[in-house]
Amino acid sequence: MLDIEDLHVEVSGREVLHDINLHINEGETHVLMGPNGSGKSTLLMTIMGFNRYTVTEGNILFRGRDVTSLPIHERARAGMGIMFQRPPTIAGLKLGKLLEVAAPPGSSGNTKEFVTSLNMDGFLDRDINQGFSGGEIKRSEILQLMVQKPDFVMLDEPESGVDLENIHLMGASIAALLQKDVHIVQRRKSGLIITHTGYILDYIDADYGHVMINGSIRCHGNPREILRLVKEKGYMECITCRQIQTA
Amino acid sequence: MQTDPDGMNALTQEDKARLEQTGLEVGMEHRTGSFFQKDQEVIHCTSVAEGLEVIPIAEAMEKHPWIEDYLWNAVPADKDKYTSYVASQEEPRGVVIIAHEGSKPIYPLQACLYLVDEPVQHVHNIVIARDGAELHLISGCASATHEQQGAHYGVTEFYVGKGAKITSTMIHNWGAKINVFPRSAAIVEENGVFISNYVCMHPVRKVQMYPTASLVGDHAVAQFSSIVVATPGSYLDLGSRAVLLGKHTSAELITRAITTGGTIISRGHVIGATEETRGHIECRGLVLSDGIIHAIPELEARVAGTELSHEAAVGRIARDEIEYLMARGLDEETATSTIIRGFLDVKIKGLPELLQRQIDAAIDAAESGF
Repeated sequence: MLDIEDLHVEVSGREVLHDINLHINEGETHVLMGPNGSGKSTLLMTIMGFNRYTVTEGNILFRGRDVTSLPIHERARAGMGIMFQRPPTIAGLKLGKLLEVAAPPGSSGNTKEFVTSLNMDGFLDRDINQGFSGGEIKRSEILQLMVQKPDFVMLDEPESGVDLENIHLMGASIAALLQKDVHIVQRRKSGLIITHTGYILDYIDADYGHVMINGSIRCHGNPREILRLVKEKGYMECITCRQIQTA
Repeated sequence: MQTDPDGMNALTQEDKARLEQTGLEVGMEHRTGSFFQKDQEVIHCTSVAEGLEVIPIAEAMEKHPWIEDYLWNAVPADKDKYTSYVASQEEPRGVVIIAHEGSKPIYPLQACLYLVDEPVQHVHNIVIARDGAELHLISGCASATHEQQGAHYGVTEFYVGKGAKITSTMIHNWGAKINVFPRSAAIVEENGVFISNYVCMHPVRKVQMYPTASLVGDHAVAQFSSIVVATPGSYLDLGSRAVLLGKHTSAELITRAITTGGTIISRGHVIGATEETRGHIECRGLVLSDGIIHAIPELEARVAGTELSHEAAVGRIARDEIEYLMARGLDEETATSTIIRGFLDVKIKGLPELLQRQIDAAIDAAESGF
């Protein structure tokens, strides 16, 4: 589904991602861990094509097509979707209106059902993200993705700011987005999820984990195992581990 | 009172189309009354609601001599050369609207001022809501063609009685060679509410106005909202002022301004003259292409115990807002127009739904250019 090859990315003239290689097959969910500022969000924003992030080397292939230079909306229409960690507030633009325009043409009209399932009925007439709490922003973002129906979903810390009462709801909704109820053989949806706490792993079975340090992916492996090691030893272990290997 | 009820029906299709963009309903289906002045001629003047009078000003002065007391009371005749010009007319033009005590028509009253081939159209309007009355006025002002030259001097004096309410919505659809100088003011008594809305989204050479609401009675409220677009060559010098004289009075002045190449000066002035008063000015401006938006908010606190605030933001559409919508599949152009439509979507408190829909429709019609 997604193939990233030798990717180097600059922000404001400074290289922040170095030689990233990542391959996500159809039906797979990958998690991305790493300390604050290591470049995880930058990778997601680059995959989606935001203007601030300049690819200086390498390619992003989506379903075999090189999308490295495509504008954001064409990537979205090709099937990519992203949950923003800190989405902007847009004065006057109602959430309901945004759902209307985000629904792909000809898609089944089950928006209302999604809205109710995420307890967002009271938010449709509100300006998007205006005065939303952290948890409400997450639910609004998931709701937009449910309406948009992307095949490849990128989630940036979906569990942060969500209270315990809603974490199950979020987890279940994300699992539905990723077709976790569908057998692996038939599953078509893929995902790349940034997580700090790993709570989300209780709701979705992630297939692979990656650790990003200082703009590079340092290791790949079983997501639960990586999480356990990080919890026990911290990210410093990842840094020294690679230094020992290369020494 | 009725003057040539067929006057509006005699309009050409083109005239009707231009006037309908300013909210005129030729069929009068959702209107409680109507006043239509073409150049200096009163074409149509009628009221269908009980307790609501709509009379050309010259007639009103004969019928109700007490109207004298209301002339040039809220707006001084010698305020400037435009008011002096209107005051010097031997044959005054314009309309007197009186909502008598307890009158609360559901539908708005429409006033339409149409400039066809006079160099100057002048009007003097008096709008009175007696104690406890409610009145919704929608005024459409237009010129017959975009090529026409001319000027419009309009004086409107609003008098809001105790517990009364006036909403006044003015929608402009002038041409690129028309100069417009509305001069209006309101005097609002105890518990009275004055809501003034202004929509101008079409080319005009110059509009200059600075309506003032004097809140003389305790608990009186004023709200001004302006939604304006300055196209290249348009010069809009707009302001609104509230003078908080009674205790517990409050005022809110809201502007949404877009320039696509023209100039907008957005002034606001709140004077807190008494304790326990509140005022707020909000101006948001979008500069879509090289034009000027100059926001000048003024807060004047004359006593301790008045709370005045303002917020203003002027600039281009934030890139992150556009990209947010693009990530949902909207191309850049659609994302931009969606944001602009939201920006202009000002819901005005205290406005009947029907009138809000009318304003929305006027904005929608003009938005097709974005």
